[in-house]
Amino acid sequence: MSAGPGGRESVIGAACWRGLGCGRTRVVGLLGALVIVCASTSAAAQASFGRSKSLADTRLELPSAAQVADVLLLREYNTRVVVIGTMLLGLGAGVIGTFLLLRKRALMGDALSHATLPGIALAFIVMTRFGGSGKSLPGLLLGATIFGGIGVACVLLIRGATRLKEDTALGIVLSVFFGLGVSLLGVIQKMDTGSAAGLESFIYGKTASMLVSDAKLIAGAAALTVVGCVVFYKEFSLLCFDESFARSQGWPRLLLDGVMMAMVVMITVIGLGAVGLILMIALLVIPPAAARFWSHRLGPTVLIAGGIGAVSGWVGASVSALAARLPAGAIIVLTAASAFVLSMIFGVRRGVLVRAVEQWRLRRSVARQHLLRAMYEAEESGAAAAGVGEGALLRARTWSRRALRGGLRRARSAGEIEPGDAGRWRLTEAGRAAAARVVRNHRLWELYLVTHADIAPSHVDRDADELEHVLGAAMVEELELLLVRDESRAVVPASPHAL
Amino acid sequence: MNWSSYDTWIVLTGALCAGACALPGTFLILRRMSMMGDAISHAVLPGLAAAFMLTGSRGSWVMFAGAAVVGVLTALFTQWVNRLGKVEESAAMGVVFTALFALGLVMLVQAADDVDLDPGCVLYGSLELAPLDARLFFGTRVPRAALMLGAVFLVNLVLVIAFYKELRISSFDPELSTTLGIPAGMLHYGLMTMVAVTTVAAFESVGSILVIAMLIVPAASARLLTDRLWLTLALAVVLGAGGAALGHVGAIVVPSWFGFADTSTAGMMAVAAGAIFALCLLAGPRHGLVSRVVHRLGLALRIAREDILGLLYRLEEAGDLRRARAGEVASLMRSAIGGGRAVTRIALADLRRRGRVTLRSGELRLTPLGREDARKLVRSHRLWETYVARHFALPPDHLHPSAGRTEHYLSRDMRRAIEDEADLPKRDPHGAPIPERTNEPS
Repeated sequence: MSAGPGGRESVIGAACWRGLGCGRTRVVGLLGALVIVCASTSAAAQASFGRSKSLADTRLELPSAAQVADVLLLREYNTRVVVIGTMLLGLGAGVIGTFLLLRKRALMGDALSHATLPGIALAFIVMTRFGGSGKSLPGLLLGATIFGGIGVACVLLIRGATRLKEDTALGIVLSVFFGLGVSLLGVIQKMDTGSAAGLESFIYGKTASMLVSDAKLIAGAAALTVVGCVVFYKEFSLLCFDESFARSQGWPRLLLDGVMMAMVVMITVIGLGAVGLILMIALLVIPPAAARFWSHRLGPTVLIAGGIGAVSGWVGASVSALAARLPAGAIIVLTAASAFVLSMIFGVRRGVLVRAVEQWRLRRSVARQHLLRAMYEAEESGAAAAGVGEGALLRARTWSRRALRGGLRRARSAGEIEPGDAGRWRLTEAGRAAAARVVRNHRLWELYLVTHADIAPSHVDRDADELEHVLGAAMVEELELLLVRDESRAVVPASPHAL
Repeated sequence: MNWSSYDTWIVLTGALCAGACALPGTFLILRRMSMMGDAISHAVLPGLAAAFMLTGSRGSWVMFAGAAVVGVLTALFTQWVNRLGKVEESAAMGVVFTALFALGLVMLVQAADDVDLDPGCVLYGSLELAPLDARLFFGTRVPRAALMLGAVFLVNLVLVIAFYKELRISSFDPELSTTLGIPAGMLHYGLMTMVAVTTVAAFESVGSILVIAMLIVPAASARLLTDRLWLTLALAVVLGAGGAALGHVGAIVVPSWFGFADTSTAGMMAVAAGAIFALCLLAGPRHGLVSRVVHRLGLALRIAREDILGLLYRLEEAGDLRRARAGEVASLMRSAIGGGRAVTRIALADLRRRGRVTLRSGELRLTPLGREDARKLVRSHRLWETYVARHFALPPDHLHPSAGRTEHYLSRDMRRAIEDEADLPKRDPHGAPIPERTNEPS
């Protein structure tokens, strides 16, 4: 289980880097990662300090303290609008994104936001045809919403009616709809009426030039999303965690799904104009994925995801206000991505470090119990009245001398063993009691396998070796009731096989 | 429209792109990684930017290498986030490719402010301009893009043929492939490299959107048409090429219907591929929606026919022929079996046409042929009830619904098998006689 990364890397290396004639595949794989990390940190450094060390670039200058203060305190009107707008967008997207992620539809936002493009283009064409300006925001948003809805419906249709899986359905809708959008944009570019210059911003975003009306729109959408998630909190969580239970309880599953998707469509469509297509996807996916490392509970996860989204929006907008050449949308995503990397490493619930520590602890405790059992069994066989030697312990199971010595040292400081004569070791009273418990678990399980699972006595040791560490008190009691019929309950049963 | 060699080259380039993409795309679909093409084609942006920053040139090979390396790294990072962080695969993909894309945007703005590396070009490509950049190849001027995509197509074809068995086993049954000693991880990254190289080679000329469409859509269409892997691959290539041709024609023709000028070829190729997919979705032979609806209707009709026959048989048995009027039967059908009025009427007409039932002065009668069919059905029904009653501790009123379903598909062998059980009673649990076996022809 824990051996994953090492094995993976070497496989990766073999596959990808063989062409380069590199033997130390793992090193190269890591080097590649390092290059990217360095690049991203240098970009982040440029972002946060505005200090440029890049090749040709000298125009990016360190903003003065007054400028920084202006931005951080939101003194400028324009900055205030942009920062508040992006923060709210991050909040709303993070909240609804959490449900999307738990519903295993993280990339739905991707397909959805691509699918809005033909709607935008079509709305533009229709509005110019009927003599409008073609760029009225409500019209474009309506078109985007309609096609976003159609896109989601197509995904659900393809997934439900064919044997193609969700990922394929997403890919089909995404590319075909976007292709349609590109074709329509191509038509618009050659139309003689009106210019399509503003439409591109739906793909790349125009965060820095956000207007008050945009910010208000985002605020409304974010508020609606948050309220919707609060109102439907129970229903959504039921849908995310146990869909079939929700169905059996008579909840209108399709309707609830529709409400959830409608909120995703709304926040996506409104966010598209603000941060652009790719970055909108990021806001829906990254903060929730990061928040999952911090909590096992849904409520806190939703809050943390919203928080990460909001902070990313704030940092990104502020940084880009200070350094005009850093695109705000990209900085928002990079901030969120940094938060993700930090969460993945340091997250207190599912983070890599926490899990590594847990595994290390488990290995420690298993090793301790193995040592105790080895000591106990050696003493039990009678040959070691004067204590057990290292050599005998080494033969008892496959462990290295170093691991054994470390175990002995720890057991001694825990007061479980004491030195005997001539470098031998003896169990103390406390140690013997602890060892007896382990041996008892081991043998109870062996007995159970022999008597109830018809496994040969010579084959039960290995299985019991793993289970002895995890048998709970209740389980042990049950085994006792089942197996130990005489009065000797408190005593360690005899081993069913030769030691 | 005026077709020229120029158009032919555009279609050929598109078709080669479709062929090159469809081969790895089929395996992406089978491995449920369809979005990988999307992820890679977005994530290569920092690779392009880094290649430019490091070398200061826009040389095609440098860019190609940079993009391909980052493409493979995308797959690698996704795997890391997925395994190490235990994040669901599609979410991991989303995290990685958006972050890389954002990084690429920042790098691009820093490094290449005055260089024509505009994201629009990456998105839409410039398929229309492909024939302008031509090279001499065996005496003919061939577009560079066509040469490159042709080469990628050939390499992919050779690789797929060479590793066909391994790819097939590991795509359909990863556990089996592991036990057979096929290195699944190696194949995974090999395939990812193939996707990355194909994507990068293709989007330079045709744009990333067309790449994603060509990776997934023709392969998905082919998958709806056939169950055989080699046929899926072949069909995917053919359908993709067809989509390319259709798309180019469509880009010129379709807008003119609405009085517009022509439009983006790459976009229309994606749309054409989508149209072909929709066609397969509707009209596919076994998995198509239409054939499934027809099949279900046929089944519903057959069940209704059999139910009517069974009903008439029981009425005959009870000597209750006065009720065997057409209207009466319809309402009986509705109350007893729940069949719709329309289905019942069609089924009745069908039965008369087949000579199973006659209608004289408003009364329905079974013909000898019809009686034989009905007998078989009722036999199945009562045999099944007897069998279930004997072997499962079910109350008598629970037997009927199960038998009502089973009677329609109980085969002759099954009837015989039940019948051959020792001391089969002559009557079913409700006391109705089980019809004797005749010389069952079917």
